[in-house]
Amino acid sequence: MSQANELYQQVILDHNRNPRNYRPLPEATHACHGHNPLCGDNITVFAKVDASGNLEDLSFQGNGCAISKASASLMTSQLKGKPLAEARQLFGEFHEMVKGDLNPETTPNHLGKLKLFQGVKEYSSRIKCATLAWHALMGALDRQENTSTE
Amino acid sequence: MSGPYLDIKKDFPVLNREFDGKPLIYLDTAATSQKPAIVLDAMDRFYRESYGTVRRGVYRLSEKATQAYEGTRRKVARLLNANSVKEIIYTRGATESLNLVAYSYGHAFLKAGDEVILSQIEHHANIVPWQLIAEGVGARIKIIPCNDRGELMLEEYRKLLSPRTKVVAVNHVSNALGTINPIAEIAGLAHEVGAVVVVDGAQGISHMPVDVQALGADFYAFSSHKMFGPTGVGILYGRYELLEKMPPFMGGGDMIRQVTFEKTTFQDPPHRFEAGTPSIVEVLGLGSAIEYLESVGLNRIATHEHALLEYGTELLSGIPGLRLIGTAEKKAAVLGFTLDGIHPHDIGTLLDMEGIAIRAGHHCAQPTMERFGVPATARASLGPYNTEADLDALAKALLKIKGMFA
Repeated sequence: MSQANELYQQVILDHNRNPRNYRPLPEATHACHGHNPLCGDNITVFAKVDASGNLEDLSFQGNGCAISKASASLMTSQLKGKPLAEARQLFGEFHEMVKGDLNPETTPNHLGKLKLFQGVKEYSSRIKCATLAWHALMGALDRQENTSTE
Repeated sequence: MSGPYLDIKKDFPVLNREFDGKPLIYLDTAATSQKPAIVLDAMDRFYRESYGTVRRGVYRLSEKATQAYEGTRRKVARLLNANSVKEIIYTRGATESLNLVAYSYGHAFLKAGDEVILSQIEHHANIVPWQLIAEGVGARIKIIPCNDRGELMLEEYRKLLSPRTKVVAVNHVSNALGTINPIAEIAGLAHEVGAVVVVDGAQGISHMPVDVQALGADFYAFSSHKMFGPTGVGILYGRYELLEKMPPFMGGGDMIRQVTFEKTTFQDPPHRFEAGTPSIVEVLGLGSAIEYLESVGLNRIATHEHALLEYGTELLSGIPGLRLIGTAEKKAAVLGFTLDGIHPHDIGTLLDMEGIAIRAGHHCAQPTMERFGVPATARASLGPYNTEADLDALAKALLKIKGMFA
């Protein structure tokens, strides 16, 4: 299961089993519900943006596959405390990586642990799973209530 | 192989390939079937030696192509036990066949207050066309519910029937659950109130003998690509008295008798419903697929698949946390399931890494998923080329996946 180990690594399985930041966020300033009609994944992302434009806190709730849940868990962990501009840049890099347009081993990037998702590029049907939480976060920051991967 | 089983995997070139050194185990026949070499060769040979347009040319190449093209119509009529070749319409697939009936018959004969009865376990292709028509003419849609095993509740169906019922549209076999519906009984009751019966046969046709007259189907729709033929061609069987009354579905070449700017007259069925240059080589391929099916034998295929279904049901039922979705007493070889705590899409991707191809998702049957309270299922669907070893590999891989997620 060599490819499987690439995508379904222990870290991703662990974040699926014990998702970080999986809670409501009553003091959220932004929220958006993301839906993937293809597989029925539903994830709501909450964000608290402080006065100077930093993501002070992030959380998520919902149901989905291991890839979408682990992606939400790692995204919320990695973005906490980051400025909004950096979050948008990271989304761009993440999106390019899962589409196969950015090789994180050869191109300089800020992905860090998010590199774990590079195996998704082999499965175009799963790109939407990996990016659902990101789309929801971007929707939240753009003041949408709902977003869809379709 | 002895006993109930066929041994025909060798006839299908793609089933002999590998992924990452693991042999391909194909368990997605309900989505589309693989093709035997005999069909591929027939199509290739036709392109190389005999290809020309049909029903238009006055040269020998076209005459030969037309003979082959119309020859498939005779094979389909025989396969279905239709009364006449005029009852066989070529379409692009089961979806187009169902749309043809809904638009042509629906627009001509449905009016405000009429009712169309569908079942709770239909594919979207046998729901959405009827919704579009019903909305346009002001007709209503009623639904036959199913029980927890996925069987239609006929006592509820009886209550829905009335003189307002104009169409009953149900599938022969549910693509998501495998339920084999009692079409003859459903049709008999529909005919008592004067309704016509439209059967989505996409999952029925290559898995068991189909006799449209014995079933009482007024229309029967299916695709070539699910019965070992190529994509791009489907069939609509329609009872001739009904087809004769129906207006064209699409306009264009070949479906007309005479065209002037003042008035156009149309061909008789089936050509009235076949506008434009058809999928000539695909139709020929379908003919070759039917010959293949008949040489293997539909009764033998049904026996093989039933034995595999029983074997697979027992095997999967033994996996802790696995829930089979669709447990009808009369069932085709479809194994829909969920695994506790593991999303069907993860199951699908992880099985692929073992060389096993299954479908994961809602199977274009969202109301069916809703009935069973799941957003999606994993589905292994079998064909006559599958073996017990394929199912052993599936069960082994599922146990491994469970271990990963534990």
